[in-house]
Order: sequence, then C-alpha cells, then structure tokens
Amino acid sequence: MIGLRAVTKDFGDFTALAGVDLDVAAGEFVVIVGPSGCGKSTLLDLLAGLTAPTSGQLLLHGKPINGPGLDRGIVFQQYALLPWRTALGNVEFGLEATGVPRRERTERAREFLDLVGLTGFEQRHPHELSGGMRQRVAIARSLAYDPEVLLMDEPFAALDAQTRESLQDELLRIWERTGKTIVFITHGIDEAVYLGQKVAVLTSRPGRVKRTVQIDLGNRAEVRDLRSSEKFAHYRHEIWELLHDEVARAQRLEVAR
Amino acid sequence: MSTIEIALPQVRKATVGISLRKIVYRSAAIVGLLAVWELAPRLGLVDSTFLPPFSDVMVAWWQLLADGQLLDNTLASLGRSLTGFGLAVVTAVPLGLLIGWYKPVAELLGPLLEVFRNTAALALLPVFVLLLGIGETSKISIVLYACVWPILLNTISAVRTVDPTLLKLARSLDLPPIRLFQKVILPAAAPTVFTGIRLAGAVSILVLVAAEMVGAKAGLGYLVNAAQFNFAIPQMYAGIVTISVIGVVFNQLLVALERRFTSWRRDQLS
Repeated sequence: MIGLRAVTKDFGDFTALAGVDLDVAAGEFVVIVGPSGCGKSTLLDLLAGLTAPTSGQLLLHGKPINGPGLDRGIVFQQYALLPWRTALGNVEFGLEATGVPRRERTERAREFLDLVGLTGFEQRHPHELSGGMRQRVAIARSLAYDPEVLLMDEPFAALDAQTRESLQDELLRIWERTGKTIVFITHGIDEAVYLGQKVAVLTSRPGRVKRTVQIDLGNRAEVRDLRSSEKFAHYRHEIWELLHDEVARAQRLEVAR
Repeated sequence: MSTIEIALPQVRKATVGISLRKIVYRSAAIVGLLAVWELAPRLGLVDSTFLPPFSDVMVAWWQLLADGQLLDNTLASLGRSLTGFGLAVVTAVPLGLLIGWYKPVAELLGPLLEVFRNTAALALLPVFVLLLGIGETSKISIVLYACVWPILLNTISAVRTVDPTLLKLARSLDLPPIRLFQKVILPAAAPTVFTGIRLAGAVSILVLVAAEMVGAKAGLGYLVNAAQFNFAIPQMYAGIVTISVIGVVFNQLLVALERRFTSWRRDQLS
C-alpha cells in the first residue's frame, strides 16, 4: 500500500535520509525505530507530504505522494490541539477540513471521543485535560475524518510510563477495531516490540533501513504480562543489538560535531 | 435535591463575603493615598495652596460638573482619543496580520518599525502641528500615530509566534490559506493582539492630554493647563483626577473585552 523506494532527503549539504526502502501493507502496524537524529521525523514528514524527497519515490497505492492529503492523518508528539477549542471542537476541526456537514460533524466527533474513552470530556479545553487525554483527543481527531493511514510521530514520548502503557493498549484496540494502516515512529525499543507487527530499524545519520523485523508475539489475549514473556525478551534483544551500534555511532557523531 | 437547595445560598454568601473582603483589601492603598492627601495639607505638612485637601478638590470637581465645563471638556477629549484609537485599531490590526504573515515583509520592516516605536510620539507633536495645524486633525492624528505602534508590533509578533505544530497540523489537513487564517492564526493571535490594543488604550489618553496642553481650546488637558494658568489649583487637581479615572475605566473596559474574547485562556493563566 505504501512503498518507499530509495528515498533520500538532503537539507543543504546535510543528508538526513539516504536511500530508505520500506513497504507497508494495508492494515499493517509498522513501527520505525532509530537513534535520535536519524531522520525519523523527516521520514514522517515525507509520508505526510509536508516535504518532498531529494530523490527516490514515496508511493501510496502505487501513486507518488506529492502533497498533504486527508487520506493520511498525523498524530504529533506535542498533540497540536487548538487551545481555544474544546475536545469536541478539536475533533470537529479535522472534519471541517473534509467538508462534513455541520450536524454530522458533532455526531461523528462524539462518536470518536467515545472510541478513545473520553465520553463526558467533550466540553473540556485542552488545558483542563491531562497529557494522556490530550493525546487521546488528537488520536480521535485523526481518526474522525477516516484517513487510510495513521502517521504517528512519537505520540507517547511526552507521557509518563503508566499513561504510555495504557495508551499503547488503547491504540492496539483501536487499530484492531478500525483496521487502519499505522506507521508509528519511536525511539523506544519496548514500545516498538509491543506495538509493531513489523519493526524497521533505522541507522544513525544518514538514516536508512538497517533491517526490518517481523514481530509475532502470538495471541495477545492469552498472555497476561506480555512484556515479561520470553518471546518479547527475544525480540527486544534482537532490536537492541541492531540499535546498539547505531546509538554508539550517533553519540560519536554528536561529540564530533 | 433538598440538600442542594440548602447548600446553594450558603455558598453564595461565602463568595460575597470573600469578594467584599477582597475589595476592601485591594482598595486600601488608594484609600490610604486619599487620606494622606486630605490630612497632609490640613496638618500643614504641605502648603495647601499648592496641594489643597482632597475634599476641596472634590468640591471643585462638583462645581465643574455642575456648570457643565467638566462634561464638555471630557467629551471633547474622549471624542478625540476614541477616534484616534479606533482608527488605529482598524488600520493596525489588518496591517499587522499582513506584515506578520509575509515573513520577508516582516523582516524588511521590522527595524524601521522599532525605530518608530521607540521615537516618543510626543517628540513628533511639533511636526504634526506644523503639518496639520492645531485643530482636531493634528490631535486625532497624533493619537492615531501613537496607538498604531503597540497594536501593529503586537499583532505582527502574535502572527509570527503561532505554535508551529498548529501550522503543521493545518498543512497536513490541506487547509486552504483563508481557512488557515480564520481558524488557526486569528484565534491563536487574538490574546497578543489584545495586549497591544490595551497598551494603545492607555497611550491614547496619555498622548491626547499632553497634546491638549500644548494647544487646544477644549479637552481635559486644556482644562488642567488653563486651571493652572489661572491659579485655580483645586480645579486643576479635579481635572487630573478625572483623567486618571477615565484612564482606569478605559483600561478595565478593554480588559473585560479581552477576557470575553479569550476566555479559553483565563483558567490557563490563573
């Protein structure tokens, strides 16, 4: 469904991404993990159509991506909620862009706030909500206008550990219910293993895909504490090994700069 | 239900009690100042010729009100400052939005605007008088001129400091520029724009009074100046008190307006 072919992105004489190849199938949950400064966010901006690649191709359904579109929804790390609008108003914001009639908007927005577990908080402003709740609003906003792909840029990085874990479960539940294709960016190995069907490990600067790892944790419902399972530890270690060298290299680059 | 009905009046009484105490506390300093003003001349601490007791000033104020002088001069001043202020709002806000939005324009004009802002408007009063005479036009123009800068500069910086993630969000939703302006930039900029408008409100009275002292036949600045010239000292103070009351009331009105338009921000700040 999504295909990246030798995608390269330069900023002046600084190369952020150098020849990224990646395929994402419809309905797949792909996590991109990499050391800091490896161009993860640049990759997401490219998928969102907010910037264009220097060379290479990004394809959606076989057609090149050449601009932002409502077939893709972004969830930002900093939530990007409009502070003057209520939770409901923020979800409606996305719908306004798609030209959904006013009456239907409110109804749809309520429905999606309910999906992320925020019934009863419709009239709250962002500053009256916790970080986790704000991100739920942002997720509801992105889902409400029904994009095919959800692009998530370290959405849970600013949250405390407990909130993060509960939102991860929530996201998996939503993914299973809606069947969206999700591209999720993180620097957390645990998060990558826990969420991803497929994890793409990026190299440090310039970023390219070092390896993709298929994750199969078996039936999630059967295991009580998935993060402590043997399979989880196995994948976690595998990705840790892949990342370890890259992190060290990134740090050397950081020092050299 | 019955418990609620009983509880409600109690709560209300409690808040009245708190706000009453708050009012007393917050006006204590002003009451103190007035007390010193009243007592110092009476006790001979200052020469009562130059600082008459506050009660004498109030008597003079009442006489000015009774013979219509106060109202006439106040209306003359308010007319000028509100005209200048209003014109400044309707020109500087759109202009600021435009300049703020086009980055190259903002960068080009930035230094020039800083120079103008930091040139005291009153320093240019002689220029205005030279060019426009001593009539209404020059007075309204100097108020307009002085009010434009705080509004313009605040509006520019309001537009330029809109949260970039909100702009990114709007872009990702493929929002057309007009919608982006209407739904993101305007509401995001509103609080800072209002700060500029409030500053301009204070400036409008300040500059006008000074302009009226230089050359005018009506207005509160003229009243104060003429009273001093005729050695009608209590009348002079009465004029000054009127000016400061108008200043405070105008500012409170703008604060109330600001609150209304940016109510989402109130709890965030407190």
